[in-house]
Amino acid sequence: MIRTGKVMLAAVCALAVLTACSEGGRVKQPDEGEGGAGDNSGYTIAMITHETPGDSFWDTVRAGAEQAAKNTGIDLKYSNDPDAGKQAVLIQNAVDSRVDGIATTLVTPDALAGSVKAAADAGIPLVGLNAGIDDYQRLGAQMFFGSDETVAGTAAGERIAAEGAKHPLCVIHQAGSVSLEARCAGVASKLPGTENLQVNGADDAAVVSTLQAKLAQDDSIDYVVGLSAPIALDAIKALDASGSDAKLAAFDLNQATAQAIQDGSLEFAVDQQPYMQGFMAVTSLYLNLKNGNDLGGGEAVLTGPSFVDGDNIDQILPFVQNGTR
Amino acid sequence: MTETLTSGGRSPRARRLFARPETGAAVAALVILVFFLAVAPAFRSADSFFTVLYQSSTIGVVATGVGLLMIGGEFDLSAGVMVTTAGLANSMFCWWFGIDLWVGALLSLALCLFIGFLNGYLVMRTGIPSFLITLGTFFVLQGANLGLTKVITGSVTAPDISRMDGYGFLGKIFASSFEVGGVTVWGTVLWWLAFTALAAWVLHRTRTGNWVFAVGGSADSARAVGVPVDRTKIGLFMAVSFLGWFAGMHTLYRFNTLQAGNGVGNEFLYIIAAVVGGTLLTGGYGNAIGVAIGAFIFGMTSLCIVYAGWDPNWFKAFLGVMLLLAVLVNLYVKGLATSAGPARKAEAP
Repeated sequence: MIRTGKVMLAAVCALAVLTACSEGGRVKQPDEGEGGAGDNSGYTIAMITHETPGDSFWDTVRAGAEQAAKNTGIDLKYSNDPDAGKQAVLIQNAVDSRVDGIATTLVTPDALAGSVKAAADAGIPLVGLNAGIDDYQRLGAQMFFGSDETVAGTAAGERIAAEGAKHPLCVIHQAGSVSLEARCAGVASKLPGTENLQVNGADDAAVVSTLQAKLAQDDSIDYVVGLSAPIALDAIKALDASGSDAKLAAFDLNQATAQAIQDGSLEFAVDQQPYMQGFMAVTSLYLNLKNGNDLGGGEAVLTGPSFVDGDNIDQILPFVQNGTR
Repeated sequence: MTETLTSGGRSPRARRLFARPETGAAVAALVILVFFLAVAPAFRSADSFFTVLYQSSTIGVVATGVGLLMIGGEFDLSAGVMVTTAGLANSMFCWWFGIDLWVGALLSLALCLFIGFLNGYLVMRTGIPSFLITLGTFFVLQGANLGLTKVITGSVTAPDISRMDGYGFLGKIFASSFEVGGVTVWGTVLWWLAFTALAAWVLHRTRTGNWVFAVGGSADSARAVGVPVDRTKIGLFMAVSFLGWFAGMHTLYRFNTLQAGNGVGNEFLYIIAAVVGGTLLTGGYGNAIGVAIGAFIFGMTSLCIVYAGWDPNWFKAFLGVMLLLAVLVNLYVKGLATSAGPARKAEAP
């Protein structure tokens, strides 16, 4: 067994050398220096999110937060847990370790209320980001940066309705997610004919065949709304396979969806600008600590919905490829 | 082995038929098929049927291996994420080093076989139940998928492979489809049938197949009569990882890019397919055709709920009820075979 393994490894290495140089590989860039750091402010800020590991959306949030930390010379401590109870413990940890400021998503407000209050009691400024727009004030967060999912869904619905859609399909890839339901409800508020469909977001093949089944079952579906970038890409495959001429819209961006918008297989994406959510959360805490500022004067600062479509994709595509949009 | 039933009240042929592991599953599949043909008009087309077959094949390919492994008395909880590991390994290796995809595919195969070997080796060497060993592997792979992807590509999505050398050729092997009379048939369906046929042949016509039943029934007595228990079980783990690799290649070459967090939860679907198909959770009983029917029942149920246009919020509940019904029909049919007194006693060890 072991010998076969060795021979195989040797063969693979030999092949690797022989067949080097393939299209579409990594673009090798010279190492960039650690430039761009501002003054070393000495503040420590904790960012705690409900990121489910493996979601490209949070990469972008984090990239924004890290850039802001670099700009302002902040020591950023990032942590995440999709489980509400564990996220609350992470916030409590940050309070206990006496950080200078906390940025947290408030996706499950009631579960996090205790920890958020502990931060207020300890005099640590706390801002909310991404989720919790209806509850951040009640919980005692000073500022909020994010998109209102219902507003975003409504905006998408408005746009789809203007294009003449009657019977859109809203694809929910995570059963029981409040924010995904809110987006679909927003779409439905403008288009009462909206129908929701539940798919298994962890299995692309299952997403495609489930969508194919739905499109076969109901040929009156004229628009598909995918609530994440990967789901939108699966939907392109399903639309192709089923021969349906329904159009497609997406929430959030990644490289491939940006490309699809340029190619025209995806009409538009609703962008809540996650980079800005991370960036503004850290920057605002910095300004609050250093200068006593509060952005929005207690009101939520909306980072979306911003539409990315054929008109502005050429400008935005490079930023997406850069991982900052 | 429970399969060797001879005496009883019914005619021997009928008894033999009912005693086969796949009979119950086949009856359940037929009942569910007729039910959905009745309630879901959209299901009554060749297109829909082949979409169901495709969905079944993506589960069924790996389930074939998982079924064999369960007959051999072990579990593999790492099978779901291993599918993603296989795709990620191929894609990122080729992207980082800028080499041909087929080199990456071979490397990914070597990696998967190694993981399978390690699973089996650890189970045999330590005596810790495979449930725990492979649960460990599951977490390691899940974490490594995310961690390595992030370190290598700077994001949690694997790079697009569609412009790399070898894409066209490998795409034809792993993710091709063709039209038959206007209906799209995916290559994976044929692969699935081929793997099932091969597994059925190995199980029932070869000495290795006897070993599998023997180690699953009672490893100690198998060892006592000279069956190479360790080799057989390790081989079964490696068979699962080979099929996991195959499914991973399909996903990669069909979708060009992968999310590093995907695949979690599918390990249970494979086990469900095997169990619905008549494989005993305790090992030593089952067959490959049954597992294929189990995968078909799962694929059919999950898509036909959509074809029927039922409220999507109830999706999982419907699915659960259907699967329970399938298992019950399965049990009932098997019960018919073993209801007459003497046979039941005869099969007890």
